Amino acid sequence: MRLRRALLTLVSLNTDFSTGTSGDWPVATSILTDSRSQRPALVIRPTKGWVALNIRELWNYRDLLWILIVRDLKLLYKQTALGAIWVVLQPLMAAVIFAVIFGLFARLPSDGVPYLLFVFCGLTVWTYFSHALQRAGNSLVSASQLISKVYFPRLIIPLAHTLGAIVDLVVTFAVLLVLMGIYGYMPSLRLLVLPAFLLLMISTATGVALWFSALSVKYRDCGSALPYFVQVWMYASPVIYPVSMVPAQWRPLYALNPVVGFIEGFRWAVLGRSAINTHILGITIIMSVLALMTGLFFFRRVERRFADFI
Amino acid sequence: MTEVALSIENLSKSYQIAHERNGAANYRTLHDEIVGLPRRFLRLFDTKGRPTVETFWALKDVSFEVKKGEVVGIIGRNGAGKSTLLKILNRITEPTSGIANIYGRVGALLEVGTGFHPELTGRENIFMNGAILGMTRAEIRRKFDEIVAFAEIEKFLDTPVKRYSSGMYVRLAFAIAAHLDPEIILVDEVLAVGDAQFQSKCLGKMEDVTRTEGRTALFVSHSFGAVSQLCATTIWIDNGVIRRAGPSSNVIADYMTTGAQRGEVIWPEGTSNRGVTELKLYSACVRNSDGSVSSTVESTKPFSVEIEYEITRPLWNLRVGFFLRTSAGGYVFDSHDADDPEFRSGRDPGHYTAFCHIPGNLLGPGTYLISLNAGIYNVGNLAREENTLVLEVVNSSARGAISPRGGVIQPQFTWKQEVRDVRESSFIH
Repeated sequence: MRLRRALLTLVSLNTDFSTGTSGDWPVATSILTDSRSQRPALVIRPTKGWVALNIRELWNYRDLLWILIVRDLKLLYKQTALGAIWVVLQPLMAAVIFAVIFGLFARLPSDGVPYLLFVFCGLTVWTYFSHALQRAGNSLVSASQLISKVYFPRLIIPLAHTLGAIVDLVVTFAVLLVLMGIYGYMPSLRLLVLPAFLLLMISTATGVALWFSALSVKYRDCGSALPYFVQVWMYASPVIYPVSMVPAQWRPLYALNPVVGFIEGFRWAVLGRSAINTHILGITIIMSVLALMTGLFFFRRVERRFADFI
Repeated sequence: MTEVALSIENLSKSYQIAHERNGAANYRTLHDEIVGLPRRFLRLFDTKGRPTVETFWALKDVSFEVKKGEVVGIIGRNGAGKSTLLKILNRITEPTSGIANIYGRVGALLEVGTGFHPELTGRENIFMNGAILGMTRAEIRRKFDEIVAFAEIEKFLDTPVKRYSSGMYVRLAFAIAAHLDPEIILVDEVLAVGDAQFQSKCLGKMEDVTRTEGRTALFVSHSFGAVSQLCATTIWIDNGVIRRAGPSSNVIADYMTTGAQRGEVIWPEGTSNRGVTELKLYSACVRNSDGSVSSTVESTKPFSVEIEYEITRPLWNLRVGFFLRTSAGGYVFDSHDADDPEFRSGRDPGHYTAFCHIPGNLLGPGTYLISLNAGIYNVGNLAREENTLVLEVVNSSARGAISPRGGVIQPQFTWKQEVRDVRESSFIH
């Protein structure tokens, strides 16, 4: 009905123009006459299907990315009593609880490393992962004001969170080093491999966060499903138990969870115990690249409809 | 040969509006989708049971072209498609079809202060908001002092903006946006905020940017005064199509007499305040002292404004009323039913008509625009229809020989006179 009315107005519009005063503006007539000589800086038209990532535009907005990272960090600990101590306290408390329950009562094995150190090592990786996912997962919905009013590459919003969580990771890592000192563990040269693991970790976290954040624009319950998803994922990863506890025949399937590779690799690099398994490592690399690429392209594909749904 | 800054061809944007059963919210949940799967599958074989999805064209085949340095105003009723057009040009949303070629960097001022974070200080917000609008940190640093000076917030730079007064907030937001250096500026309704003094400062800045610096601008506004001051040409958009385009004065005059025209507006079922289910506006009108619907009233005679609406669920603290502005955009007054304590409690679902009696000898001759408003004070807006009714106040013939008075309001006050010592009478009674 609305459409018919619009069309009717369109028809009546034509007559309106023919009777319009001569001084009026020529509308929709020879538009292309002299605009052909210039090249438009920007062409806006409907896009279909998959779109390129447009890394260059992302690069142009790197200042915004940086400012958002700094902003989120400032906001996270503004008007809190303990401030940045929370970054340390959260994994430390969890590690102590796990150490009491799983290490002391359940007596889970820990590859010969003191259980508290073992679990804190796993939690260092895991805390980054869960923080990155949870903050980035709901980031688009909380930024709905911005998305519906201002243009900028939407990727920046979840990226700012997954990259911002690295600061937490660094602080937790420092605490881990202190713990190692207390238990008399010396870091070895293997630490040099750590950045490579971190890169894989960030790429996986970003990929998964992109899926969640993009889906939560259309499906709000993604936001409430996320904490459960994260919790289940933690128990499916070797945070509180070593990989050696998983039956050998299940390990290839188990390795599909990229976090398995990160935590094992992390423990190998930091504590120098759990042996690195090249099969698991290979699968981890493939999975994390896959997560990032599918996340990026899926995000770009649905991004154009964000403002309409949000 | 003048260069083109912007050329738009057959730009259209449609939205799918699903008719909701049981008044669910606008977004879907994953649960809905999964539970609905078998039903959708069954529906493939049953053409009759398809959900009723209506296509709504927010914009339909809009084409125009703007030359470099031209400032074009865009007017039209709420929901006519003006904001959709700017959103497409600013790449916030994609067109459904059509193409727009833009020759230069676009900067937009769609709503001031959207990128502000209340917990951050003024200084931090300047950097963040500037970056959101597309400036680099180096650029912002270069313009920083200028922005601070324009906003007049030097003393409060390191105070969180949540402690700012609303005036300071708006000033800062406008200052940042105004100091962007885009070649093409898109402006939507931003001048409607702030006090009168700041509004004129903003208007001055807009004039500077466009006239002196020769930037191209598209300017959406309900303030015809601002449009005619800033823009040589104006486009009137109605129901998603260009109704008329030409010299501003002609188009505005046309709009006032034919578009928003009459003293009565009727919304066909569900076309008012889209997206709100609690309250629906049905109609509104101006009724003169004879009891007939007319946009023309005499300045000395009383008239009434009537608003018919429906409430679908009990609402507390609802207020329904209107804002009255001069045709140049000057705010004369607003009045709501809840101004009267009698209408301040809860309201049950039902069909209502609100009558507002306005005495004679109040408004001076001229054209006024009435914007309807319904909402819950301090909670949220349910309906806002800008400039829906036009009120034409004319001089009463009864006034005859007495010289016309000036002023937006022309009340009749009570005067008294004390006379002492009258010497002699020169008038014959």
